Amino acid sequence: MSTNIADHVRATLVRRGRWGIGEILFWLIAAATLYFLPERHLILNEIVIIGLFALSLDLILGYAGIVSLGHAAFFGLGAYTAGILARDGIADPLLGLGAAAIAAALLGFVTSFLVLRGSDLTKLMVTLGVALVLGEIANQASWLTGGADGLQGIAMGPILGLFEFDIFGTTAYGYSLTVTFLLFILARRIVVSPYGLSLRSIRDNPLKARAVGIPVNRRLVAVYTLAAAYAGIAGALLAQTTQFVSLDVLAFHRSADVMLVLVIGGVGYLYGGLIGAIVFKVLQDVISAWTPQYWQFWIGLILVIIVLAGRERLTERVRVLWKGVAGRTAKSPETLPKTSAREV
Amino acid sequence: MSDLLTLQKVSAGYGDAVVISNIDLHLKPGESLAVLGRNGTGKTTLLNTIIGVTRHRGGSIMLDGQNLTAMRSDKRAHAGIGWVPQERNIFKSLTVEENLTAVSRPGPWNVNRVYDMFPRLKERRTNMGNQLSGGEQQMLAVARALVLNPKLLLLDEPTEGLAPIIIEELLAALTRIIRREGMSAIVVEQHAQKILGVTDNALILDRGTIVHASSSRALIDDPAALEQHLGVTAKKKPMRAVSH
Repeated sequence: MSTNIADHVRATLVRRGRWGIGEILFWLIAAATLYFLPERHLILNEIVIIGLFALSLDLILGYAGIVSLGHAAFFGLGAYTAGILARDGIADPLLGLGAAAIAAALLGFVTSFLVLRGSDLTKLMVTLGVALVLGEIANQASWLTGGADGLQGIAMGPILGLFEFDIFGTTAYGYSLTVTFLLFILARRIVVSPYGLSLRSIRDNPLKARAVGIPVNRRLVAVYTLAAAYAGIAGALLAQTTQFVSLDVLAFHRSADVMLVLVIGGVGYLYGGLIGAIVFKVLQDVISAWTPQYWQFWIGLILVIIVLAGRERLTERVRVLWKGVAGRTAKSPETLPKTSAREV
Repeated sequence: MSDLLTLQKVSAGYGDAVVISNIDLHLKPGESLAVLGRNGTGKTTLLNTIIGVTRHRGGSIMLDGQNLTAMRSDKRAHAGIGWVPQERNIFKSLTVEENLTAVSRPGPWNVNRVYDMFPRLKERRTNMGNQLSGGEQQMLAVARALVLNPKLLLLDEPTEGLAPIIIEELLAALTRIIRREGMSAIVVEQHAQKILGVTDNALILDRGTIVHASSSRALIDDPAALEQHLGVTAKKKPMRAVSH
């Protein structure tokens, strides 16, 4: 009988794991920008890193319902770990990435026990506190981190011994995009698995999830640790591709920005972080070019509109249009599978 | 035959309030029990105490030789308790199938088997939890408890707020689960006539204590007890469950 369940779960995984046309297009376009937008690789690299950082927040906020205002703690730790290793002679980017992931995951594991209890407000304060403590440690330990002057002297070796970083950001962008894509595949696999479903059950109702046999605390600790590792890798990518780390990576605005990015893109479907990062950086780029002094005013206004109007309502029209286009090419509407509103 | 479930002098409640006190209860494997009583007599608290979401005040709870008293509710579910709460508590952001897949454990009850039991759920397998009617939600709540492959099923007012035709369908399914499949179950109901035809035994709670315990048949035939404890007149005959 356990084989039946295994077969059923496998079939469900395969069905839910199928990539949609929209998803394939999204990644094809992302890959195409490596060739078609060479002059924008620096900003695209930044977008991808923010997107990965937001994706890590989505894992805990969108899937497990853990709110955080201190996610920069893991991002910053990852950035400093990769940066310090590179400064001290371990210049291999992938080694740095692995070390950053482990360091951030360890911090995530230890601090996860602080967010298991209490209300959302408690979680916000605890996560914020952890980031502030880490920020102050980095500031005080200037012998290690460079303090307020930042970590200097980072020199990265070629990726896999083959691809040197260049001043146009092409290698950096290709590197960040590849890492983000691989981590996205892993995250996608996780969220459609029974483990991912149990996380969403916990987000819906932790008390009842526990009563139907889901080990709530263990699941939350695991996803918090995983998200911390993701954030650490995002931080490491920033450190390695910009070859500089400052206290800014642990600052409150980092945590606030990534929350903003996720609110713009939408929580609970993985692409929210990536789309939000694109919208956020493009808006920032366009508005700051138009009005350098007041760009934050406009970003704030747009955020208010998105929250008040509701992102789903705004994107509904796009979805309806897309369905209309897809419907014309489909054989019959009855053959289309029903999908969740959260799915792409 | 040794007991599947034993409650000895169990007292429990919420916060400082003690809702049930000194409850003794024994349930054999394959046995079913109806828990009856007026509003606020502690029926739901009794089930909540067995699954472990109340404040324990005393006594012990044993399931199949395993002491559950100090166990977390997820461990109790793993030990073999399937709970169908009063509010159903379907995970709204999951589809019907995901609600089942998220919790299923190895055993005779799998997703396909509960689809056989509740064909409506199979039709709605891709619907989100919040896109189901009350009856479908209740069926999903029962199905979700079954795919845990429990030794004991706890059902809290399964027919509450449902249309008569859905109640018949649900009672038929419960009869099949309890009578034909031999699942041990405790069913909390306010309306005795609906459930006494399904269960083997019955007890009545009043102010958190057991005031009557007998076989379901004996209670059906004892209109005085029904009248005294539940305010049910003998005019209504117990609803006969329709089998599949």
